[in-house]
Amino acid sequence: MINLTIVTPDQKVFEGEVTEATFPGANGSFQVLKNHAALVSALGKGNVSYTTKEGKKSHVVEGGVVEVKDNKIVLLAERVIE
Amino acid sequence: MANLKEVKQRINSVASTQQITRAMKMVAAAKLRRAQERILKMRPYSQKLTAILDEVVSSMGGELEIAYAEKRPVQKVLIVAMTSDKGLCGAFNSNILKTTSGLVSNEYKGKDVTVLPLGKKAFEFFTRRDFRINGDFFEIFKDVSYEEVRKIASFAMEGFIKREFDEVVLVYNHFRNVATQDITVEQFLPMGSLNTSGTEAKPTDYILEPSKEYVVQDLVPTALKTQFYKAVLESNASEHGARMTSMDKATENAAELLKELKLMYNRTRQAAITSEILEIVAGANALEGN
Repeated sequence: MINLTIVTPDQKVFEGEVTEATFPGANGSFQVLKNHAALVSALGKGNVSYTTKEGKKSHVVEGGVVEVKDNKIVLLAERVIE
Repeated sequence: MANLKEVKQRINSVASTQQITRAMKMVAAAKLRRAQERILKMRPYSQKLTAILDEVVSSMGGELEIAYAEKRPVQKVLIVAMTSDKGLCGAFNSNILKTTSGLVSNEYKGKDVTVLPLGKKAFEFFTRRDFRINGDFFEIFKDVSYEEVRKIASFAMEGFIKREFDEVVLVYNHFRNVATQDITVEQFLPMGSLNTSGTEAKPTDYILEPSKEYVVQDLVPTALKTQFYKAVLESNASEHGARMTSMDKATENAAELLKELKLMYNRTRQAAITSEILEIVAGANALEGN
């Protein structure tokens, strides 16, 4: 399980355990699985999706950065459009 | 001695004023709590952002050209003055207006200054006087959101890049606590150097996508917008804090005034009764004398 947090300056959009997460990187979409190496990536506009116990969820984000470290993912988005 | 009816009227009017100020204090307290919550909500975002930026910058040894940090001889200045939309909050607004006018006529004398007022009070003040203003954004305090603030920050940043401004300064009230606000004049652009906060911890060996340069160039504007947003939130919280304090004082003053007026009312009433009794007694005596 990976711990995922999605925050914007206004609110916390999601926090919880996920098994995988896919992000719209600036140069194309990529997926993060368990034990991914430490990574910082700039994001473009696009779909963020992740799988929790309840199933798959997704948001559209605009601009931001994602940090992956020790099975913890923090996504800082400037804007999240549901 | 004042007339009984007049005093009674004054008591009523002071009492109803007190009711209003008390209600305003309650409203300001509730709004203040919400404004503080907003600041708390933003904190995880800004802390994480600073942390990532720090790590990335420290891992690349500082050699980097950032357009937003370019220092030029200052000719054109943009001053962002943050006030509130409404009054009745003590010296909150007048401090900002005074400081801004001071900046224009002293520090930036002879320079080409544009004022960008945020909040209706600043807009009205600077429109009435001989300032060059940009009044596109003054209504943000109706509903503070990152969306709106981002537009203003982007406007200032684009102006800086296009060389419309050589320096951008924020003037706002920093929220120290409910009773105290500090007037803050903060340089927004050119931004200060990206110095690492000197943490000795081993930097994590991050994979940076798509490239180090890209990540930094992408993060810097975000960090600036966050800084701007923070200033707006601080100002917003300060406004409600200032209003709460001044309304609390007003309520107290009204209570004191009421006490004095009631004393006067009772004295007047007593005097009226005494003179009435005197008249009756004198009348009775006169009758008996017959």
